[in-house]
Amino acid sequence: MADSAIAKPTPASAVALSDVSIAFRLAGGGTYTAVERTELTVADGEFVAIVGPTGCGKSTLLNIAAGLIAPSSGRVDIFGSTLGALNRQAGYLFQADALFPWKTALENVAIGLETAGTPSGDARAQAQSWLTRVGLGSFGDRYPHMLSGGQRKRVGLAQVLIRDPKILLMDEPFGPLDAQTRQIMGNLLLDLWSADRKAVLFVTHDLEEAIALSDRVVIMSAGPAAHIIGDWKVPLARPRDIGEIKLDHAFHELHRDIWHTLKAEVTKGYVQTEGG
Amino acid sequence: MSRPQLTALQIMVAVVGIALWYALTTYPVFRKILLPPFFFSNPVDVADQIVVWFATGVIWKHLWVTLAESTLAFVLGSFGGVLVGFWFARQPRTAAVFDPYVKMANALPRVVLAPIFTLWLGLGIWSKVALGVTLVFFIVFFNVYQGVKEVSPTVLANARMLGMSERQLMRHVYWPSALSWMFSSLHTSVGFAVVGAVVGEYLGSAAGLGYLIQQAEGVFDVAGVFAGMFVLATFVIVIDFVVTLIEKRLLVWRPRVGDARP
Repeated sequence: MADSAIAKPTPASAVALSDVSIAFRLAGGGTYTAVERTELTVADGEFVAIVGPTGCGKSTLLNIAAGLIAPSSGRVDIFGSTLGALNRQAGYLFQADALFPWKTALENVAIGLETAGTPSGDARAQAQSWLTRVGLGSFGDRYPHMLSGGQRKRVGLAQVLIRDPKILLMDEPFGPLDAQTRQIMGNLLLDLWSADRKAVLFVTHDLEEAIALSDRVVIMSAGPAAHIIGDWKVPLARPRDIGEIKLDHAFHELHRDIWHTLKAEVTKGYVQTEGG
Repeated sequence: MSRPQLTALQIMVAVVGIALWYALTTYPVFRKILLPPFFFSNPVDVADQIVVWFATGVIWKHLWVTLAESTLAFVLGSFGGVLVGFWFARQPRTAAVFDPYVKMANALPRVVLAPIFTLWLGLGIWSKVALGVTLVFFIVFFNVYQGVKEVSPTVLANARMLGMSERQLMRHVYWPSALSWMFSSLHTSVGFAVVGAVVGEYLGSAAGLGYLIQQAEGVFDVAGVFAGMFVLATFVIVIDFVVTLIEKRLLVWRPRVGDARP
């Protein structure tokens, strides 16, 4: 990444992290620098995937963009204005189960609108149409524990998208799912995304998934003091089918190219995790 | 095991138990009655006593008093427990200050408070309610406190990202979580409300199942003691059944053990 590209966030950037570092205070008294001096921009309408070895601070970066944690130093700009509190323009799809277990699928989806003051009846009608869009039209009265992992993710997706956020933050959302379900969910995501092209920041440890989904793939180094070590454009045409695109020649070229960089970091990451 | 089979076996246990009790208190084994009726009564006398209580209607008054005391103790204790549990969970500093005193009060065997309550509140129902409240309060308090503190951080972060205000977090996240913990201890807290009422009655009162048992014991009426115990046990089973029904309605969203996903 060239230094000149980092200089100032353009107003068009949906998300711009400038010179962001995060350090945690350790119980023993020292500090642990998770992410060091990182620059990252996501343009409006751009789908960016962050890939990195386990424990490299990808999720931390996402939480900073969401405003859930404040960076130790550096700045976060959302559409040109500095982020001081929670990022109200972003929707966040979590890796772990984040649905409210005491609400039905329909209530879970409707709640995002109800908190914003939409009358309950209206919110429910919209929630029902969103459930239908994610293929769960007849599952509205189920509680989360009655749904499969993939179905829960669909509800989560509807819950986030119903608020129509300008930015979509996704933290390994399909991580716990099996390969087939992941592929179906990926296609569903692309399908929904193509309707209005929000800015997306998608964290994953799966390089194939990253290339298949995104416009840009960003590679992070192994922690501690993780930083961005590579940035690739994905020159694959849209609309894409995740299953088919993996057979594409250009996909393989890019995969080989990126994997070359990633492999060293993954190995390093493992050595550190095992050692620590 | 099929349902009727299970019920048949369960009834058999009762039949065998009662038959043994009857036999050992009535017929001598090696010319000696193993369970002297003076100490163990016998099933027929006990059944007689129960029938007399219900036929004359004296039992209803005592049942009613015990039920009223238990209900009041449960409602007041739960209310206090929810209130203080929420307060402490949301104000860690207050919780830290009061922590040793909460532990101290909870460690105290509540029976020793009974004379004090009798002194303060008299022999009527309120001294029993007070004893029940001290038992119920701590169970509900600890559960609500835990429920509020142990909301999944992911669910909480999700709620924040969905734009919930502090008040909405309270209503949609903390409150349901706390309630689910409270309901999971419903059987225990209802049970303790009954224990508080009966022990209070036993130690000094003018009515209630505990009073009935204590009176019978005072005149060596063993049949009366056993009859009181049986009525009490049935009373507790009925209440427990009602609690199970309520629980099923309120916790529909919770997976039951062995629940297959459709």
